[in-house]
Amino acid sequence: MSILIDKHTRLLVQGITGREGAYHTKQMLEYGTNVVAGLTPGRGGEKVEGVPVFNTAKEAVAATRANTSVIYVPARFAPDSIVEAVDAGISLVVCITEGIPVRDMVPVYHYVKMKGARLIGPNCPGLITPGESKVGIIPGYILTPGNVGVVSKSGTLTYEVVNALTQKGYGQSTAVGIGGDPIIGTSFIDVLELFQNDPKTEKIVMLGEIGGNAEILAAEYVKAHVTKPVYGFIAGQTAPAGKRMGHAGAIISGGEGTAAEKIKAFRDNGIKVGESPAQIAEII
Amino acid sequence: MKIHEYQAKQILSRYNIPVQKGEVASSPEEARELAKNIGGMVVVKAQVHAGGRGKAGGVKLAKTPDEAEEKAQAILGMNIKGSTVRRVLVTQAADIAKEFYLGVIIDRGAKGITLMGSSEGGVEIEEVAKTSPEKIIRVTADPFLGLGDFQARELAFGMGIEKDKINGFVTIAKELYRAFVENDADILEINPLILNDKGEWQALDAKMVYDDNALYRHREAEDLRDLGEEEQAEIEARKAGLAYVKLDGNIGCVVNGAGLAMATMDTLLLYGGEPANFLDIGGGAKADKVTAAIRIILSDPKVKAILFNIFGGITRGDDVAKGIIAGLEQIKTDVPIVIRLVGTNSEEGRKILEDANLKSAETLAEAAQKVVYVAKERS
Repeated sequence: MSILIDKHTRLLVQGITGREGAYHTKQMLEYGTNVVAGLTPGRGGEKVEGVPVFNTAKEAVAATRANTSVIYVPARFAPDSIVEAVDAGISLVVCITEGIPVRDMVPVYHYVKMKGARLIGPNCPGLITPGESKVGIIPGYILTPGNVGVVSKSGTLTYEVVNALTQKGYGQSTAVGIGGDPIIGTSFIDVLELFQNDPKTEKIVMLGEIGGNAEILAAEYVKAHVTKPVYGFIAGQTAPAGKRMGHAGAIISGGEGTAAEKIKAFRDNGIKVGESPAQIAEII
Repeated sequence: MKIHEYQAKQILSRYNIPVQKGEVASSPEEARELAKNIGGMVVVKAQVHAGGRGKAGGVKLAKTPDEAEEKAQAILGMNIKGSTVRRVLVTQAADIAKEFYLGVIIDRGAKGITLMGSSEGGVEIEEVAKTSPEKIIRVTADPFLGLGDFQARELAFGMGIEKDKINGFVTIAKELYRAFVENDADILEINPLILNDKGEWQALDAKMVYDDNALYRHREAEDLRDLGEEEQAEIEARKAGLAYVKLDGNIGCVVNGAGLAMATMDTLLLYGGEPANFLDIGGGAKADKVTAAIRIILSDPKVKAILFNIFGGITRGDDVAKGIIAGLEQIKTDVPIVIRLVGTNSEEGRKILEDANLKSAETLAEAAQKVVYVAKERS
């Protein structure tokens, strides 16, 4: 078992003919992901890495029964791509794209919920179930199958921790990057709930950062609903207030969203906190 | 992107939100002229992005044009939280009968656009949130329908606005919401929003921040950018497409990925070092970006050492190593550099670095300890 994706995942790649889309399609195929279709309007009938390209998501889904999509489309077109995928009946949409205006995500977020679909991201590295399926851009070779579930706001920070876990012999059930934007489709709590209900996952690693209060709500959720041990790290102890640290959501505003308050919330709710990302692999 | 009060007020007046007559001056003489034209009592207000201008002495009343010149003389050149005042807004003084707060924000929790109103105007809303949170009324606009009149009325009644002033308030709230949406703001607030002695609504102060990700569809906003408010290095970084924030420490950091960049800075702190900056070099770490990153970091004279922390995922370690060497050929520096390279092709990368006599490390802990050590040695 695992969460969200596995060997039954049938993937549609939106923006497959672009530089990023084509490159990562190749990577995902090499990992063993079942990439069944690609989408670029006006390029229907072509093939990328042997994958058939369609003009619309509806055509792609009708022809291939794709059930998951990944988006490598530029920021100004990505919100429309999310809606197109959901409208075509895709139940899991993973949006890698960074730089989407946050206001554009407001109606899109609620549309996805209304249709009963799930969005991961935007501004995320995607997710991976080791040995079964990879959707997004996480380098596959740093993971190994196992029982640790990983959920994170960040890309390379996830790699750092996963790599340390793998080197110490702790494999992963699924690793999910939920994204660093202020409005994201899937929250820490959503993923914690999935891990709690996944028999394969025995331990959970949660990686957060400054900005907003999602980590605090997640910590409270852990105390109330998660029986599996949870380990965490919060990035940004040295971040100054009022400055955006790369991610659109990573900003301390009005004195709220600091690393110190999140670390405290983790500890107060029984989450063991690593002093550095690699230390997670030692305390687990 | 932050803008100044006078710029935010220009935007508000385009939405028919009443603001007082006023203009900006960059010299005391100009301030005098403006005061004369406005007539009567004026307020001279420092135009800087930092908050707390009043407390810092950057807002003064003036009864006559002479006095306006005098006050402007005192305020211009003043340093408010690191920003030098180069402009003042000279505006009609208002007779305040009642002060309110009205703001629009992106609400992460509600996943929407939320209006906040309070009868506690004129003080920072964060302060009100701490001392009397029950005095903040919130309504979240419908994601598809926008802000309803009834929602603006809910705010008004919740804020204790008198019956005959409600329609005027509803118009302002709806227009403020429209201004927020149409300009892709991150924050737009009027504080205080007042009723004057004649019972008229006026926006006495305004604050606005644009969503950086939406600036591509607001070309006009580029003219509102005040480069004087930014660190030179931050301007350079933006041009080079690097996310950079200057800090006070002495160890420069170059990292791929925002989360890992913050974690790297935290690790320096853990080993007794102090980061000089946040810098996310992005995916490729090609020579031109490396060059730009090193140049920007070295423009800070406090920097005693630089730490590179690159986790090669899609990026190949040998490519990054070549980028670093090519970058260093263009910028000669004697500031020691420690490079931690891991991930795809990292062994090849480390070999390339060693051949070029560059210190490399395998783990972040090892690299952090090394760089903290050399930085201390040179301090």
